[in-house]
Amino acid sequence: MDIIVCVKRVPMTQEIDIEIDDSGKDIKTDALAYVVNDWDNYAIEESVLLKEKLGGTVTVITVGDEDDEDVLRRALAMGADKAIRIEPGELGVDGFLISSILAQVIKGLEYDLVLTGVQADDDNFGMVGIMLAEKLGLAHSAVVTGFEAEGSEATINVELEGGLDEVSKIKLPALLSIQTGINEPRYVSIMGIRKAGKKELNVVKVEDIGLSDEELVRQTIIEEYFLPLETEGAEMIEGDPSNVAEAILRILKEKGVGA
Amino acid sequence: MGEILVVVEHRQGEVRDITFEMLSKAGELCKQFSHTLTAAVLGGKEEQFIDEIAKRSDNVIYYEDDRLKNFSADLYKEILNDLIEESRPLITLIGHSSWGMDLAPSLSIKTGYPLATDCVDILIEDGHPKVIRQIYSGKVFSKMSFKESDGYLITVRPGSFQPPETIEKKNGEVIKKDLPGDLPEMRKEFIEFVDSGAGDIDITQADLLVSVGRGIGEAENVEIMKELAGRMGGVLACSRPVVDKNWLPKYHQVGTSGKSVKPKVYLAFGISGAFQHLAGITGAGTVIAINKDKKAPIFRAADYGVVDDLFKVADALKEQLKES
Repeated sequence: MDIIVCVKRVPMTQEIDIEIDDSGKDIKTDALAYVVNDWDNYAIEESVLLKEKLGGTVTVITVGDEDDEDVLRRALAMGADKAIRIEPGELGVDGFLISSILAQVIKGLEYDLVLTGVQADDDNFGMVGIMLAEKLGLAHSAVVTGFEAEGSEATINVELEGGLDEVSKIKLPALLSIQTGINEPRYVSIMGIRKAGKKELNVVKVEDIGLSDEELVRQTIIEEYFLPLETEGAEMIEGDPSNVAEAILRILKEKGVGA
Repeated sequence: MGEILVVVEHRQGEVRDITFEMLSKAGELCKQFSHTLTAAVLGGKEEQFIDEIAKRSDNVIYYEDDRLKNFSADLYKEILNDLIEESRPLITLIGHSSWGMDLAPSLSIKTGYPLATDCVDILIEDGHPKVIRQIYSGKVFSKMSFKESDGYLITVRPGSFQPPETIEKKNGEVIKKDLPGDLPEMRKEFIEFVDSGAGDIDITQADLLVSVGRGIGEAENVEIMKELAGRMGGVLACSRPVVDKNWLPKYHQVGTSGKSVKPKVYLAFGISGAFQHLAGITGAGTVIAINKDKKAPIFRAADYGVVDDLFKVADALKEQLKES
């Protein structure tokens, strides 16, 4: 089974104070560390598991600059066979444009399955995968937590709300957006990444893929970014852990719960 | 005067809450701008909930066909594309649910209408819709507008709008419509629903939940927190990452894909507060959050907050419970 996996590099924003930059339409990124988007990591693992079971190839692809090659090399170290980076240059992209660019490149490739993460940790759109499916004319499903191939079709699990899953049959080729928890992504060592350096990594420029200027217009416009008000929310309990514990136990007692 | 179209989400014969939330926001916008509120029901034969929808809409378009009893992205996309081409609604609202995430992006490509997903608020300025979204795990808000178009698609984050307790009845007209003649073959076929969250303990019945998130760091620490929960007379719960990493089984999970809980007190240890998690604790009486990250979104949803190492607080709690 030949599989294409679309991935993205995102900043780590947990336990970080995010600041808005001077444009008011982006965050300050200079002090941030970057990782592979968590959902995409599960999609890569799923593709490699399928390859190990069924044979075939795995191609990882991203739209991004040179620094974003980190996540491609990491995917190659996990077991992907080759990687493609599409260089957007100065082009400002949104989810719609990324799906147009990916579709243009992927339509020239051989595949039985295209995987993406459900969404990216940074802008949370959750739209690129299914837009891409529609552009490629593929069957699709979002928020997939299980996949079992049977010839030209597959049985899939879709995670719904409220602790319910939907089991469906889907025709291949298909595009699935992969939910976290579907597998246990393998550990990647620095050594593994170094070794995978020999694998094929092609760079394509967005101006060379054959999209017209009209096709390279984004559909959404960022007006402004802003931070939530500091005053909203919880009453903070200050003090050392024993003061805090005392305060918490007092609250429990007031509410009549606990031992 | 334009139209706002709400795509009704239903499952197993029942309307999902997100539908009422969308109808409530759409109703508000329609009142403000003299738009018409149309609800589209793609459902099986004689769905019992049609009246509930009609009360809240000016018109209900009902595509009644047994093939539509369960969600199908293929059929929904074709039918809604047909409807949108005909009536050209200014805004089409779809829930940002698993099904909505499967439908909206493909419908956007099919109709050519721009899409904004996972929106927590919708404004109309000079006749143009604008949306508010949360990005970077809820730490930043983004205001977004669209490229000029006849119409726009917006998916709405569950829990963003609170439907009023009593509604102004609209008694919308129910119009049954035939399905388009040349529907494509379904490429995805529904087989069954399965319960993914059954287990030994029922977190929905507990008065005190001690809930743990990614912040506990590693599987070995689950035991420490389980012991604390036991000593406090509470039940152990968790957020999604803990289940994803197989540290705890799914029946402990609180949130949209897990369980909605309603304890008198909810203690959140090392939970950052993704909206999917927060949506599961709206019924909790008092929420106390302990997290190292003072900017974690959980503090905006909590009643009390503690910025500290969760294990130090856990140890202090254990210590004091020993003394008493």
